[in-house]
Amino acid sequence: MTATQWRRRVFKPVVWVLCLAPLSYLIYSLYLDPGPNPVETITNFTGIWTLRFIMLTLAITPLRWLTGVNQLVNYRRLAGLFAFFYSVLHFTTFFFFDHQFDVAAMLDDVRKRPYITAGFFAFVLMIPLAVTSTTGWIRRMGGKNWNLLHRLIYLTAMSAVLHYYWKVSVKLPPVNPRNYAILVAVLLGFRLWRNFARKRASEV
Amino acid sequence: MVIKKAPDVRESDVTPKELYLRRREFIAAAGVTAAAVATNGLGVLHEDGVLSAQNPSAQKLTNLKKSPLSTDEKINTYKDITTYNNFYEFGLDKADPSKYASTLKPRPWSVVVEGQCGKPGTYNIEDIMKWAPLEERIYRMRCVEGWSMVVPWVGYSMSEFLKRFEPTSRAKYVQFKTLVDQRQMPGQTEPALQWPYVEGLRMDEAMHPLALLGLGLYGEVLPNQNGAPIRLVVPWKYGFKGIKSIVRVSFVENEPLNTWKQQQSSEYGFYANVNPQVDHPRWSQGSERRLGEFFRRKTLMFNGYADQVASLYTGMDLRKFY
Repeated sequence: MTATQWRRRVFKPVVWVLCLAPLSYLIYSLYLDPGPNPVETITNFTGIWTLRFIMLTLAITPLRWLTGVNQLVNYRRLAGLFAFFYSVLHFTTFFFFDHQFDVAAMLDDVRKRPYITAGFFAFVLMIPLAVTSTTGWIRRMGGKNWNLLHRLIYLTAMSAVLHYYWKVSVKLPPVNPRNYAILVAVLLGFRLWRNFARKRASEV
Repeated sequence: MVIKKAPDVRESDVTPKELYLRRREFIAAAGVTAAAVATNGLGVLHEDGVLSAQNPSAQKLTNLKKSPLSTDEKINTYKDITTYNNFYEFGLDKADPSKYASTLKPRPWSVVVEGQCGKPGTYNIEDIMKWAPLEERIYRMRCVEGWSMVVPWVGYSMSEFLKRFEPTSRAKYVQFKTLVDQRQMPGQTEPALQWPYVEGLRMDEAMHPLALLGLGLYGEVLPNQNGAPIRLVVPWKYGFKGIKSIVRVSFVENEPLNTWKQQQSSEYGFYANVNPQVDHPRWSQGSERRLGEFFRRKTLMFNGYADQVASLYTGMDLRKFY
């Protein structure tokens, strides 16, 4: 097989299965035992996996720089779309079970509760990224504009962590949100540092 | 008052009807999760075929009086009540207490009583359980986090308990403390909260007929994860007021500083009355999710006990004294 064939026939399907594994696990464990509060289980699970996929998406570019494996970029869109997929499940759980799809009531919650505001903001920012994720949109927008738009993922990552932090800070010390905050800082900091280093290099 | 190991199945009285009607489903499900059931003691099938999802090794409490204070709402399952707990002494996750509370030794157990009262001393749990007839009281329980359940407690009025110690006129409040023992309560090795857990009530709140000294659940002694062997139940207040595994009772003149108020006084107060009009700073208290239900329901003033307890707070600004 050629490299492209390997990618299409082996790597991509494997990655797809891996990305769907968390959801399969959730469904199977709820089937075995829904537990006392399945809505909470679904909400927490889809939320944390959204965050993990956002981190994964952000990690791909630094990993590419560090390892020199440029093929990694082929999986960035997939990771990003799975982040969006899990966020849709997360948001829908909230929208349906908390508000029975009542838009006004949902927006009222978004307005009143800072942690929901942050989460909603993170979610809404992902919509244009998902829509423009196709090759056709990259062509239509031009690489430069497209790249600029897709930097919105940085804002999504920051407000998603904030959303998590504000939600669970009742359980002190909030170890998990803090770790995600550190991870985002590292992933974004790496980009800043690299840009800075590049500028320095071009000036010399 | 009779406590005995009884093989008879009085608990069918308190097992939710739909639960035992669903027993075949449970048996089918039990096949799948047999290992979990066997190790956690989540369910036992009695010889008469009625499922009473209880702990086969727990001491049964019999001759329970029915209470007119009980709600007739649908009771939550034994499993819901015993596997979804906030008891940070055993970990922060809701499932942690049911997994790890086996290290707690609820017998022998004694409670120290001190402060502004005529009969301070150290009292044995076996004696405490005989001081008044045990009642089954089915109460709503609303957690400050926005979920709720209906629990068939066993115990007797807190007033019966406190009166024995002859509190003096200087006793304005009663303060309770939970056990501190890192071997029995491994969560206490973490500084999640300041240990021991402390709670308190104003004397008139503590003497209110609804305030319960909790000694059992579902016709049995309290499971460890629910605060064995002795706890407080105040159904019109958020669940965190219901201090568990009590070892010390103090009659005091000043308002005790309760653990959650100490932790975050902007979010948790001393009174902690269930109040749908006063939101938690980070979320609404207007609604709650009853365990076993998917959609949220409206939260009631004083958790539905307003007729009985509202007069305790006449003239108080409940936004200020949250």
